[in-house]
Amino acid sequence: MIPSTVPPKYKITIDHDKCILCGRCAKECAWDAIRKSKDKIITYDNRCGSCFRCASMCPRDAITIIENPSQGRKHPVWTPEARQDVLNQANSGCILLSGMGNAKDYPIYYDNIVLDACQVTNPSIDPLREPMELRTYIGSKPEKLEFEYVEEEIDGKKVKKSKLKTKIAPNLKLDTPIMIGHMSYGAISLNSHKAMAKAVKRCGTFMGTGEGGLHRDLYEYSDNIITQVASGRFGVNSEYLSKGAAIEIKIGQGAKPGIGGHLPGEKVSAEVSMTRMIPEGSDAISPAPHHDIYSIEDLAQLVRSLKEATRWKLPVFVKISAVHNVAAIANGIATSDADAVVIDGFKGGTGAAPKVFRDNVGIPIEVAISAVDDRLREQGNRNKVSIIASGGIRNSADVFKSIALGADAVYIGTAAMIAMGCTVCGRCYGGKCCWGIATQRADLVERLEIEEAADRVSNLIGAWTHEIKELLGAAGINSIESLRGNRDRLRGIGLNEVELKALGLKQAGL
Amino acid sequence: MSKEVTIDTSGIYYKELNEQINKIIKDNLDLELITLNNVLGQRFIGNGISKNNLTIVINGIPGGDLAMFMKGPRVEVYGNADHAPGNTLDEGKIIIHGSSGDATGHSMRGGSLYVQGSVGYRSGIHMKEYKGKTPVLIIGETAGDFLGEYMAGGIIINLNMQSEDTEFVKNSMLGTGIHGGVIYIRGKVNKSQLGVAADIKEFTKEDLEKITYYIEDYCNEFNYSDEIKNKLLNSNYTKIAPISSRPFKKLYTPDIR
Ligand code: SF4
Ligand code: SF4
Repeated sequence: MIPSTVPPKYKITIDHDKCILCGRCAKECAWDAIRKSKDKIITYDNRCGSCFRCASMCPRDAITIIENPSQGRKHPVWTPEARQDVLNQANSGCILLSGMGNAKDYPIYYDNIVLDACQVTNPSIDPLREPMELRTYIGSKPEKLEFEYVEEEIDGKKVKKSKLKTKIAPNLKLDTPIMIGHMSYGAISLNSHKAMAKAVKRCGTFMGTGEGGLHRDLYEYSDNIITQVASGRFGVNSEYLSKGAAIEIKIGQGAKPGIGGHLPGEKVSAEVSMTRMIPEGSDAISPAPHHDIYSIEDLAQLVRSLKEATRWKLPVFVKISAVHNVAAIANGIATSDADAVVIDGFKGGTGAAPKVFRDNVGIPIEVAISAVDDRLREQGNRNKVSIIASGGIRNSADVFKSIALGADAVYIGTAAMIAMGCTVCGRCYGGKCCWGIATQRADLVERLEIEEAADRVSNLIGAWTHEIKELLGAAGINSIESLRGNRDRLRGIGLNEVELKALGLKQAGL
Repeated sequence: MSKEVTIDTSGIYYKELNEQINKIIKDNLDLELITLNNVLGQRFIGNGISKNNLTIVINGIPGGDLAMFMKGPRVEVYGNADHAPGNTLDEGKIIIHGSSGDATGHSMRGGSLYVQGSVGYRSGIHMKEYKGKTPVLIIGETAGDFLGEYMAGGIIINLNMQSEDTEFVKNSMLGTGIHGGVIYIRGKVNKSQLGVAADIKEFTKEDLEKITYYIEDYCNEFNYSDEIKNKLLNSNYTKIAPISSRPFKKLYTPDIR
């Protein structure tokens, strides 16, 4: 017999001196990794994903979750993880499923970019004293403005008045360049959706619905919602399309470029089945491509047909994952009547993705922003679309750097989830998120208190917004517009020449 | 206020035409019939129109995405249709007196779409149903490969009227990834013609009952004689349905045990 045991990744340790046998941990763990017997807490390490719920809820701080030191011999190539994956697949013959974003140790370019600030000759601006303009418009901008002069009689006098002749495409008006990206109802709970909707409304920004349709409880937030149309077309009808302020066509996702999505039947509850408009318990499968899009021309056709269906009143975005030829694709999108291109970098999160995709496919968002911004400028198309960047944006500095690299605004996802309690355990696909976020199990969903979560998320966006104002002031800029694509205010540090070139940055000190 | 409006569409760009149609609908609450003459490739006709008791007659050849997201109206095309008519159709009926292109009936979630002639590749892809809403796609002659791919609900009937019900049909990759709904093919199908996740099931009395109404309705729409109708009703059908509603269940394993 070949032993097929995969050693547990984590070890749940109970300090039996502190433990008062209240059994709270056993109730909190949805993965059944902890049980309470008569006089002892019993742990099943192999079921633990280190989500930390039990430890945070233990009234006596008696629980520690550590990485299991007994995972076999340490080896630089055949790491415990590499061996565990081999065993797991040798046992099952299956594709490894994972959640959240890329978990491999790739360089994070944001951390190799530093910002500029004013000293002496160019004074900085104090954002507490002077207004800082963070207002951002997402959508197509006209190449030039044309006016016509009409003569009007005012108080018997003939006055020439100028009137705007150019037709302005519909734009989204953001009070801060931070939006929440698309996470579908189905992948995450209704309480998470409600909390985020409340937060974006408060912050004067927007959130995406993801591809799972829109629950009617969120209709009241439609002015702050971007609906999504993905290849599975879940929940899409004209009512849904009109319930958002913009529509996003999802072509790809940074966590799993090139493939579609499968929402496992376990997560298709009665309510989810209603918004997705599919039977309860059946898999919700989004094919890899949209089967009416096989070319840029077909994409243009879908953009236009969504515009037709909403009478050309809403901006239409196209979301693609950051891949090698992202610049050429984005340029194609810019010529298709789309109003914004969303680029999702390979560190973007997901509810479920094959591990091999999550960890290996796509490129970092930082280089993708530069490449797209450059190409659109070269081709004279930059005004035609806004650039929304996403995938691994962790703080206000990342937002700031993204905009200086060329983005108009960013989407955050994981950061908003962490604000609501997510511990990035990466088991969202299991449907048993102990924090009530990536689950549809009623008792777990209830754990997420909507108001509290909404406060957290709006606090986070608010705090970042403040920081961006401070950073702008320090750079002597009083409007986010002047930061956009202003790579001269960035410098690279610890990057080689090719990397600097790809990012379009100068070396620090130069 | 008029009940009937006719537009000569020659030389009108699709955007203007659809704007005109929308305006006419808005201005004429009692409108029952719009006739579009000389249609030549204008796309998106009927897109997102939400209205009952309205018929849109199209004389000519409409462009892609005919009646996409439409809810309620009846669209009758006297001519062929381009690709993806009935894309994400919500409610209503589309009758095409001719053939139509690829992805006909893409993601239909309700309503019905009857094509007199043939349809292109990937037709009926990702049709889905929910509760009372069951989309129906009926194809008079041949269907391209990948019919009913990723189908999640609804009914596809492929009548293959060009051949006899004793012959094998030519389709391949039938119902690839199907996980809901059902495809009825008049004629014989070999197992090797199925895509992954699809299975041939026994065609039962209940199945015949299920399709009788639609076949009768189809014959009425296209004015087929009783003789033809009875021939269709008494034909042999192959029923194709999903192996399971969870075709990918066994494909994955969690990366932590
Ligand atoms: S899965 Fe979470 S709740 Fe369960 S034992 Fe591990 S850390 Fe605790
Ligand atoms: S949402 Fe829940 S399951 Fe997913 S990573 Fe966060 S804590 Fe884990």
